[in-house]
Amino acid sequence: MGDAIVITSGKGGVGKTTTTANIGTALALSGKKVCLVDTDIGLRNLDVVMGLENRIIYDLVDVAEERCRLHQALIKDKRFEALYMLPAAQTKDKSAVQPEQMKRIIDELKQDYDYVLIDCPAGIEQGFKNAIAGADKSVVVTTPETSAVRDADRIIGLLEKEENIEAPKLVVNRIRNHMMESGEMLDVDEIVSILAIDLLGIVGDDDTVIRASNKGEPIALDPSSKASIAYRNIARRILGESVPLLSLQEEKGMFTKMKKFFGMRS
Amino acid sequence: MSMAQKQTQQFVTIKGTKDGLNLILDDSCAFRDVINELDEKLSARHIQQTEGNVITVTLKLGNRYLTSDQEETLRAMIQSKQNLEVDRIDSNVISREEAEEERKRTTVTSVTRTVRSGQVLEVEGDLLLIGDVNPGGTVKAAGNIFIMGSLRGIAHAGANGNMNAVITAAVMKPSQLKVAELISRPPDQAGTAIHEAECAFVRDGYSEISVDRIQVLTKVRPNLTRL
Repeated sequence: MGDAIVITSGKGGVGKTTTTANIGTALALSGKKVCLVDTDIGLRNLDVVMGLENRIIYDLVDVAEERCRLHQALIKDKRFEALYMLPAAQTKDKSAVQPEQMKRIIDELKQDYDYVLIDCPAGIEQGFKNAIAGADKSVVVTTPETSAVRDADRIIGLLEKEENIEAPKLVVNRIRNHMMESGEMLDVDEIVSILAIDLLGIVGDDDTVIRASNKGEPIALDPSSKASIAYRNIARRILGESVPLLSLQEEKGMFTKMKKFFGMRS
Repeated sequence: MSMAQKQTQQFVTIKGTKDGLNLILDDSCAFRDVINELDEKLSARHIQQTEGNVITVTLKLGNRYLTSDQEETLRAMIQSKQNLEVDRIDSNVISREEAEEERKRTTVTSVTRTVRSGQVLEVEGDLLLIGDVNPGGTVKAAGNIFIMGSLRGIAHAGANGNMNAVITAAVMKPSQLKVAELISRPPDQAGTAIHEAECAFVRDGYSEISVDRIQVLTKVRPNLTRL
């Protein structure tokens, strides 16, 4: 029985889909059986980022409405044997699926996969409710911007109310080190202090992420990129390893906050 | 027969003190009997009263509970006698409702959590929050608000109109402060950070919220002490 982890943020454009694709890829690199689920019905992206767009035949709504079997809708990744994805429908909207249907699908996927990563749409409405319905754990993605942190805080509040979901973990994405050092951007300590949840990882703002995304090749595949290492480290922390944060932030005393890792809660 | 009983039994005892009259009313007889006897006795006494000084009256009800109608009747009757003025009504008993209200008003509700964006935490008495109020979050109390962490959102003390209510926070960086009907917000240009506990309250005679070091509460709100 695997773990279902929802990746969410509240605000749009902070990198939920990129994070889902890369954590999923990094977990697959570690030999885990992984299924990515795109719940952004009507605005699907995960298939594009994974480079699997033209292989879609059936989608999430087809499965929910039982027009096909779950395994028929799953798309196998072109690079990894053990990485699959369930795409969202593009022609419907969020109300095409109910939370109970979502939960049933995720529960079924958990039987076969070590990790089910659920890519959540922006917002706190139906799409969010669908995305968290089957989740056991959650990752909140934010960027060092006040508005993103505010929305992350709102989302954390909603996640904390869910009894079936463990306390959320934080990923701070798109860090620009020079702006953080000059104080023009919120620094990681400040974000962690406001949100008061455990930090799962930090990812720098890196041109290679955008380049890779556009090519449909998750950056996590490229070991020479710093962002790639960051995503791989996040995956290792999800697997229960202790991995220190990347060197940039080390002097800022983040180590202590990294002691509790994903999946190691008592 | 009932008349005879009324004559022999004392339902009302009048005692003079230096502060005025104490009227001690029997608490086991009918309210009507008390009223009748009191009316009689006060009328008789009143005749003896020569000077026009106002005498303050304290009513001692013992274990009798007065409905608001009965209290009205009693006050009106006493007030109708010249020179007499009801100052206080002492009773050993209050209604369950009043007791519950009193309990709520004086209870300090302690809560440990982070009040996050979009969340509202509301209590009827005082609030002791062991945690932060994040931007976009709101805490509201009919009484005082004591925040052990950082206040970055909105705090509304004295929500039912109590201007004496105070707000304290270990780190006071609110987006808005409200005391009763008054609202204040920090200047748009955030000043230098003060790293000590602060409090917010309304000074007597002012109609704006002051923020100061927490130590000033000792002087401006001594009744916060409930030892």
